[in-house]
Amino acid sequence: MNPVRKRRLIVTLLILGAVAIATGLSVFALQRNMTYLYSPTEVDAGKAPNGHPFRLGGIVKEGSVHRVPGTLTTDFVITDRFQNIPVTYTGILPDLFRVGQSTITTGTMQNGTFVATKVLAKHDATYMPPQVAQAIAKAKEEHKTGDGGRVAGAQK
Amino acid sequence: MLRNGQAGVVGERAWKWGRVPEHPGFRNMSRSYVPHFIHWLGSPPNFYRFAGNVRPWLMAAALVCAVIGLYGGLVLAPPDYQQGDAYRIIFIHVPSAWMSLFIYAAMAIAGLVALVWRVKLAEVIAMECAPIGAAFTLITLLTGSLWGKPMWGTWWTWGARLTSELVLFFLYLGVIGLYNAFEDRRRGARAASLLALVGIVNLPIVHYSVVWWNTLHQGSTVNLFGHSSIAPSMLWPLLVMALATHLYFFASILGRARTGLLSLESGKQWVRQLVTDTSR
Repeated sequence: MNPVRKRRLIVTLLILGAVAIATGLSVFALQRNMTYLYSPTEVDAGKAPNGHPFRLGGIVKEGSVHRVPGTLTTDFVITDRFQNIPVTYTGILPDLFRVGQSTITTGTMQNGTFVATKVLAKHDATYMPPQVAQAIAKAKEEHKTGDGGRVAGAQK
Repeated sequence: MLRNGQAGVVGERAWKWGRVPEHPGFRNMSRSYVPHFIHWLGSPPNFYRFAGNVRPWLMAAALVCAVIGLYGGLVLAPPDYQQGDAYRIIFIHVPSAWMSLFIYAAMAIAGLVALVWRVKLAEVIAMECAPIGAAFTLITLLTGSLWGKPMWGTWWTWGARLTSELVLFFLYLGVIGLYNAFEDRRRGARAASLLALVGIVNLPIVHYSVVWWNTLHQGSTVNLFGHSSIAPSMLWPLLVMALATHLYFFASILGRARTGLLSLESGKQWVRQLVTDTSR
């Protein structure tokens, strides 16, 4: 390689390296501050901002979903299997909202209840035909009675 | 047909690269085949002719794959256990998202070659990658948004995956803008190549955003190495669509690079020769 091109290559790679290091450090620093959501355990430990809206993430607990008749209000419990937080929400729930589904809610804590202004359902990145889901649910039922509710497909 | 122009350009390149001029059809046995081919292809008239021959085949293959993939995805594949038919948007969304990253990497590599070796063809390819990549990124953002409203419950959220993909879109727009801001197209291409190259740090962020941070966007479903959490009946149309978008990209970039080279080298002997040959 001739000296001019070699110098250009070195300079270019140095610039790229510097930018990569700067970005890496920023990403590393953001890791701590970029909290998209708090888990019920973190809320219980008092890590969530008090009086300000924040995002609460977790799984919709089995048997906790109650719809108030005649309204759009739904009460449910968000759990991370360590702590539970009761949530109330008025509005239209997303299609993916169901028991056992990861859910992200935005709102504030009011007297021990999380009053949500927004409910987002997370997708579990699993794709399968309904028949397969039913077969899995059936197999789970046979092996472990009482835990069939975990498979979302069985809810319908 | 291009015999004259070709000979002239090979001579010119040999002068530029500080080599002893060689015969146009040189068979230097000391060279291995692949570098020899790339060196030959780097010459604009050779590339122009080669791309013109290959492009229709790539485009036809892309079209066939797209038809098979869409039929497989929209008709043959079963509905999803949770989402019903709404999940079928992944047959557009996921291949587009893969392309948005793949094209950026291609643009950055071409940009590096343009910066260091000052190869005209690399400049043209890097710059012509940007609009195709921007289009795929926009499709990714729009289809994701359309799916997000009914499934997640929101059109948009400032999560790490969505934000980094939006940054990718702005990087593409930045490259296009910077390139066009220069009077001298070759200087513009080199400046924009540097931006493209520097922006490559965003690619691992987009890819690993769902791993590094808690995001609303789900993690990867399809893994090259390891378990994919998607039924085979849904996976194969997705992979065929991915093949179709790759083929489309190669066909598209060859076509765009041809026109780019023609306008950049409009005063050159081989272009004049081409015009007289076609108008005759």
